[in-house]
Amino acid sequence: MERTDPEIIIVGGGVVGLSVALGLLLAGRRVHVLDGADSDARASQGNFGLVWGQGKGWNFAPYARWTSDALAAWPDFARKLADLSGIDVALDQSGGFEFFTDAAEMDEFAGMLAQQQRHLGNQACYEMLSGDDLRAQIPGLGPNVVGASFSRLDGHVNPLRFLRALRRAVTAAGGRVTMGAQVARITPVAGGGFDLSMASGKLTGADKVILCAGLGAATLASDLGFATRIRPQRGELLITEKLSDRLPFLSSTIRQVDEGGVQIGGTKADAGLDDSETLEVMAGLAHHAVTVFPALADVRVIRAWGALRVMSPDGYPVYARSARHPGAYLVTCHSGVTLASLHASSLADWIEDTSAAPDLEAFDENRFTLSDAA
Amino acid sequence: MKIASRFLTPPEAGTTVQFRYDGETVTAPAGISLAAAILTHSGAFTRQTATGSARTAFCMMGVCFDCLVEVDGIPNTQACMTPVRSGMVVNHQMGLRGLKGGNDA
Amino acid sequence: MPEFDLIIIGAGPAGMSAAATAAHGGLQVLLLDEQAQPGGQIYRNVGQNRTSRGWLGTEYASGARLVDALYHPGVTMQFGATVWRLDAGPRVVWSQNGASHITAAPHVLLAGGAQERPVPFPGWTLPGVMTAGAAQILMKTAGMLPRDAVLAGSGPLLYLVAAQMIDAGCPPKALVETQSAWAMLRALPYLPKAIFAAGTLLKGLSLISRIRKAGVRRYKAASAFRAATDTSGAIHFSFRSRGKQETLTCALLLTHQGVIPSSHMSRAAGITHEWNAAQVAFQPVHDIWGATDCRGLHVAGDGAGIGGAQAAAAAGELAALDILRATGRLSADARNQRATTARAVLFRARAIRPFLDTAYPPPAEILSPTDETIICRCEEVTAGALRQSMTEGAQGHRQIKTSLRVGMGACQGRMCDATVRGILSAGKASRVGLIAPPRARSPIKPIKLGELAALTIDQEEKA
Repeated sequence: MERTDPEIIIVGGGVVGLSVALGLLLAGRRVHVLDGADSDARASQGNFGLVWGQGKGWNFAPYARWTSDALAAWPDFARKLADLSGIDVALDQSGGFEFFTDAAEMDEFAGMLAQQQRHLGNQACYEMLSGDDLRAQIPGLGPNVVGASFSRLDGHVNPLRFLRALRRAVTAAGGRVTMGAQVARITPVAGGGFDLSMASGKLTGADKVILCAGLGAATLASDLGFATRIRPQRGELLITEKLSDRLPFLSSTIRQVDEGGVQIGGTKADAGLDDSETLEVMAGLAHHAVTVFPALADVRVIRAWGALRVMSPDGYPVYARSARHPGAYLVTCHSGVTLASLHASSLADWIEDTSAAPDLEAFDENRFTLSDAA
Repeated sequence: MKIASRFLTPPEAGTTVQFRYDGETVTAPAGISLAAAILTHSGAFTRQTATGSARTAFCMMGVCFDCLVEVDGIPNTQACMTPVRSGMVVNHQMGLRGLKGGNDA
Repeated sequence: MPEFDLIIIGAGPAGMSAAATAAHGGLQVLLLDEQAQPGGQIYRNVGQNRTSRGWLGTEYASGARLVDALYHPGVTMQFGATVWRLDAGPRVVWSQNGASHITAAPHVLLAGGAQERPVPFPGWTLPGVMTAGAAQILMKTAGMLPRDAVLAGSGPLLYLVAAQMIDAGCPPKALVETQSAWAMLRALPYLPKAIFAAGTLLKGLSLISRIRKAGVRRYKAASAFRAATDTSGAIHFSFRSRGKQETLTCALLLTHQGVIPSSHMSRAAGITHEWNAAQVAFQPVHDIWGATDCRGLHVAGDGAGIGGAQAAAAAGELAALDILRATGRLSADARNQRATTARAVLFRARAIRPFLDTAYPPPAEILSPTDETIICRCEEVTAGALRQSMTEGAQGHRQIKTSLRVGMGACQGRMCDATVRGILSAGKASRVGLIAPPRARSPIKPIKLGELAALTIDQEEKA
């Protein structure tokens, strides 16, 4: 009888888990994705959809390069995804701004970008623009914008369609996705492999287990001996009624979804697992939006929400193999959308340890234990 | 084709106001909602959705957002929650609103 | 603005009665309502209709008493005031004439009332199809009479609107009723209890007899609603009744399947909700006084569970009495003593609910409509698309919402939540209550970015 057990179980059916699953499926593996409850934190359902590089890894070269590779891999990835899922995720990589209303903040960011560029071999891909330059280029930009950085490599996708496309692509590639399957415990089996017991009482097993459950992975990760401590960071977002006009820019805090609504976000707060939307932050986001682009004042906010980013202690991704339990992996990051193009391709080589595996040593979690010891 | 009002409005005493709807002058009793005033005038749609389907006031209590019209240049205004005022300039809406008022039409 | 002891959201029977009771007890009350006048939907415009539109009936006219009682120095009224956020504290954020205000008070009473249960079927989005409640609002506020109209669905309001139309000299063309003899049979055991509300019961019977006398055609046990239109704008309404396919052509099709609590505000405020299986709707959990599990937040009226206008007024009074006790104006004993009448009214008014809820249940076909039916009017999503998304694994409101945009439009799910829940539970009423309601968040009504941004400047000025 043919074995029907999956070779690989992925815990977590968000953007990260599904991307990793897709890469492994395309590499020919049998993969089963276990997704949690409708009420879980689910960063993948609350995010901003940026495919973004500006500033990332300015003081951590491996992350700067990994992000840069991810941006380059996105067009191919989007095509592959469309073929498999029949869904166009509306990838637009025609460049994005980071607007500033404070000159000192802008100078500081320019310094970070310069350092990021040095990690990337000084290819020119960003520029700093003055407020007046910007206003000449983007009619309607607010008078209090002092300037912006612009990177021609940055872009965005429709984040919700992207999630659905991933889910469909995984199924189309032969993977299984089970929703409402909360994993209660993972037990390493002597001689290799893992048993998983579900909250429902069901049991399953696999040769390899990859934890991609964001904030939900915390307990399971420590059970498997991982040292990474993941913490939530709340971001709040607004979305407006849909517009027939195109917003004449994309920025890291103001973007228009292809369907027409304008999303405003970019706040950061340590609020534990509280994903509420707060009046003060909502008002601040609105203030930022009308400062950057005053015509937005007349546009209505339809929803506001808080979502929890998945942050490692230093904010960079973690790609870790369990030393204690070979076959167990931890994959966790904040920028799951940007990095999806690599998670769905070369990360499979790293998990399978093929000759094409990227060097991800710098992202191992031993960086936390080492710095703890120091 | 003009579609007749789907309501009968027996005359009642009281003051009236005049406003413009799609270029026509409409007379309505003072104090009623703009949605009611439009419904006394016409049985046709007052907006089309992004995909072109015809809609007009449905719930009359601010819940459904199907009565959205452009009032004095401001799109997506809930007609059922807006008292009709003398001199208002009101237009039906086609598709999504534009950034600076107006719409696709 | 002065300091308030109590903010009441909604000036329907519950809010009006609470405001008067609280003000007479010595509290400073802020009463907020989205409409231009007090009355709520049930007594809409009642203050203006004292000497006109008598065909709206004596029960409607009786609402004027509640309006009159509002004119007390302790009651500050703000109309055209849309509450879009409610915080712990409590703190109410409300919008009026394009500006938002933040008002705090130790007690907030949510008396936001109900909305009609959405009645989705192919063609329900067409101009010419409205809710029966919408037509009644036009009758109350503008003296407009539905022309050449068919009333379709079930529930007491359908009979009331029919009778009001008859009395106004503009009878409906037909009454198409979905309830079956079977539902009426199942409701019979609740009839003895309903005798406590004999007055209401008799009024109901008298409405039906007026409809009979007027010779309005009635179709019973109707199903498979479908509406189409033509270039003249006429509505062609087809349905099955007692095994026969029928088509009626009309200018207006007015549908109704009962009302459900408007729960966006109470959910967004964080109040725990429970499933009311008899009424097929979620409602905030509260005690006899309307107190909830959120400090300082109280609920009363149809927004706390459907009971009708008399129950709402009584519940509003009870909530106000308890708030008077909580603020030290009344002892618990005095509160209990003064509550006797209201509690009796509430008991009588609620006595008829089990009978009504069982006799006029929402039919399965509106809880889980056919694939072609648009269920989310804002985003134009069909029941079929939702079922497709379920085959891809979606199991809850959130997954449905994020994969299809259902409930992401301006109405924020008010017109589709109930149907999404119905489809997720495959139309089985027994399972609907197991599906948690979707997360409601502020702003619970859309608000302009400029207006929201202005709140930061206010705060900076204060700082």
